[in-house]
This record gives sequence, C-alpha cells and structure tokens, in this order.
Amino acid sequence: MAEEVILLDFWPSPFGMRVRIALAEKGIAYDYKEEDLKNKSPLLLEMNPVHKKIPVLIHNGKPVCESLIAVQYIDEVWHDKSPLMPSDPYERAQARFWADYVDKKIYDLGRKIWSTKGEEQEAAKKEFVESLKLLEGELGDKPFFGGQAFGFVDVALVPFYSWFYAYETCGGFSIEAECPKIVAWAKRCLLRQSVSRSLPDPKKIHGFVLELKKRFGVE
Amino acid sequence: MAKVGEVKLIGAWPSPFVMRPRIALNLKGVEYEFLEEKFGGKSDLLLRSNPVHKKIPVLLHADRPICESLVIVQYIDKSWPSSGPSILPSDPYDRAIARFWAAYIDEKWFPSMSGIARAQGEEAKKAAIDQVAEGLSLLEDAFGKISKGKPFFGGDAIGFLDIALGCFIGWLRVTERTQGVKLLDEAKVPGLAKWAGRFCADGAVKGVMPETEKLAEFAKLIMGKFKAPPPQ
Repeated sequence: MAEEVILLDFWPSPFGMRVRIALAEKGIAYDYKEEDLKNKSPLLLEMNPVHKKIPVLIHNGKPVCESLIAVQYIDEVWHDKSPLMPSDPYERAQARFWADYVDKKIYDLGRKIWSTKGEEQEAAKKEFVESLKLLEGELGDKPFFGGQAFGFVDVALVPFYSWFYAYETCGGFSIEAECPKIVAWAKRCLLRQSVSRSLPDPKKIHGFVLELKKRFGVE
Repeated sequence: MAKVGEVKLIGAWPSPFVMRPRIALNLKGVEYEFLEEKFGGKSDLLLRSNPVHKKIPVLLHADRPICESLVIVQYIDKSWPSSGPSILPSDPYDRAIARFWAAYIDEKWFPSMSGIARAQGEEAKKAAIDQVAEGLSLLEDAFGKISKGKPFFGGDAIGFLDIALGCFIGWLRVTERTQGVKLLDEAKVPGLAKWAGRFCADGAVKGVMPETEKLAEFAKLIMGKFKAPPPQ
C-alpha cells in the first residue's frame, strides 16, 4: 500500500525538528506542511483538537501528536532501518528517562533565557547550564547518548543546538565554554544528513527570536 | 520469574504515581519488596537511586534503578513479556494513542486536579473544578473511541491508559467529598463512571488502591501541614 505521510510543522520548532530527523533517518518520503501559528490551518485543528499544536505526523490519514510519541511511532512502524530506541528494556527505560528530562528542562529554560532579563535571566542561564552539564555527564565518553549509534535521546536533544546561538546572544554567555562536550556531540550529530537537513541555520533562529521579542515587548 | 529480593519499589501508599508500577507488577504476577518512604523525608536509597528528580516511584530491578512512573510501567511490560497480558497495545498506532492520552493526563489533567486544592476563594475553586471536569469529558470521549465497547481502555484487560488514569480514582473521590462535587458523574461521564468501578474492583488494583476514607485523612494531614495561617 502506498504510504501517505504528512508532517504539520513550523520551521523553528525544535519539536518539529525531532520528527523531521526521525523521518530522514528512516528514509521516509513525506509532505512537509508549514503552519502559520498565528493562523492555524483547519487540518491542524482537526488533527490535534486537544492541543492545537505542531508537530503532527499524519500517517495514512491518522494523526500522531506529541513529538517524542511521533518519533517512537516512526521507529516502531519503520523498524527495519536505523533503529532509534535500544532493544534492551533497561536501556530503553534510560533513553525514555533522559528524553523526558530534556522535555522537562531545556525548552522552558531556553525560553526564559531569551524572554527575560536581570535576576530571572541569570537564574535561567544557571539552571540551563546545570541541565546541560548533567546531560554531559550522561553522555560521558560515548559518541552518542545511545552509545555507538545515534538514537532517541540524540534526536530529542540535538534540535535545541540550532537555538544555542540565540540563547547565547540574548543571554550573553557561551554554551561552548560551559559545556564543550555537548557542543562537540552536537557537531558530531550534524555530520549526519538527517540532522543537518532538519535543523535551520542558527542565525535564522536568532532572527526569529528577535522578532518574537519585539512582538512580546521584551527588551 | 523474579528471584526474591530482585525487584524492589521505592514508594508511598498515597501516591497515584507509585500505584502505577504496583498495578503493572501485579498484572504480571511479579513479586516485589515495597520500600515505603516516610512522609516528610527522603531516604538515602531514594536520593541515590533517583539523584536527578529525587522522587518516587523508583523501581529497583537487580539493583538497577528505573525512574518516572510511565517509563517504569513500560519497562515492566517489556521485562516480563510472557507473564500476563501485554500492558501496552500491540498495534503501533494504538500505542501512540495510549501514550498521547497518558501524556495529556500527566501534563494537563493532573495539574488541573492539583489546582483545585491550591485555588483560593469560591470563584477560583469553581474554575479549577470546571477544568478538571472538562478534562474528564475529553477522556470520556477518548474512552468511547479507544475501548470500542470493551470494559477497559486496554480492551478486555487493564492496560497502559487504564493504569495512567485509574491511579487517580482514589484522589478523585477524595476531591468529590471535600469539595462536595461529583466528578466521576454518571450523568456527565457515564463510560468513565462505570469504568472506574471496574478498575478498582480488578484483582491487580484492589490491594493497592487506598480506601477513600484513609486517603481523605491523609489529605487533611498534609493540608494541615502546608496551609499557612493568613497574614495578620
């Protein structure tokens, strides 16, 4: 049966990037539909009525919402190529734990870095660096979080690398100076086409953040 | 079959999150040692086993820790595959749907439940209760579509989504009592109201779902400890 795969997405979204990377890793052809989040399409509202958010993966007409759920779905359906989840149950549990950690910390802290100032911003920067250092500890000397192979946690985290330049510029700090191993790991991931083609230019993300700051009235 | 002492669960009896792996272990017929945390403090074992979040539940399987209740449930399902029914659905799309609603419960619905206790004043309380009721309405809809006429979200047997939501039934009943409202209302959410009864009666749940009375007493105790007297 011909597979119909559509991705409702928004180019700067790190959550959307996760799904793009997973689809690319599996070599899946899909229809990318850019959403205007100020004017959401009827398709998006129909496919994700609960949250009305991107990304939404639509496989043969059926929607899968929430980026990490979509990545697991892609991994399970197209299981014969580039497995993203480890096969051992304990390793899988660890992968899920750390992907969940990324979800709980990185986006919100990053957002605070570009959208606040003064003490609030300093606190966010500190916690952000601490979180990345914890992830560095988990990475250790491995090339990827999954070990020798690029996997689930790498997919969950690497999209935020495209936002690092924006965080650094808005926050006045260097992520590479604080967390060199994470930056080295991200650059290693970017050697993979699935990643380099899914992540926008960090300067473009910075431009987008500046527009957001204007729109929300943040200095 | 797990060796005696091989499976331990760090937890506390009132916690709905702790209930999730307990139900999963019961479904699989796995014996485990329940290491009860004392209220108000965290044991060295907990801090060592979950240094990142310092929270219960933590499953210790041959001394290796697994954290986050739904991660633990999936781990249990994969580690004892031939014992009992599969907790996660077998079809990938059904799994994605189950995971979606479990994430909704944890990220949106449960916070709205905690919102009721935190709400100050009648208006805020009503708004908080309405939010929880709205969520239950969405979940009622989901139940209809997912169960397809069967007794549970998982079909004939309790599954992942039953566990993800069912663990809150005790606290829902406490909230109904303390707020004087009906949340699992047979008129508004008939499917869920009947499902709740079936869930609590299930063999894997009976021993771990606390009695509403006991939970209500516990709730009074913690509210008493956290409610500061209003400023003079």
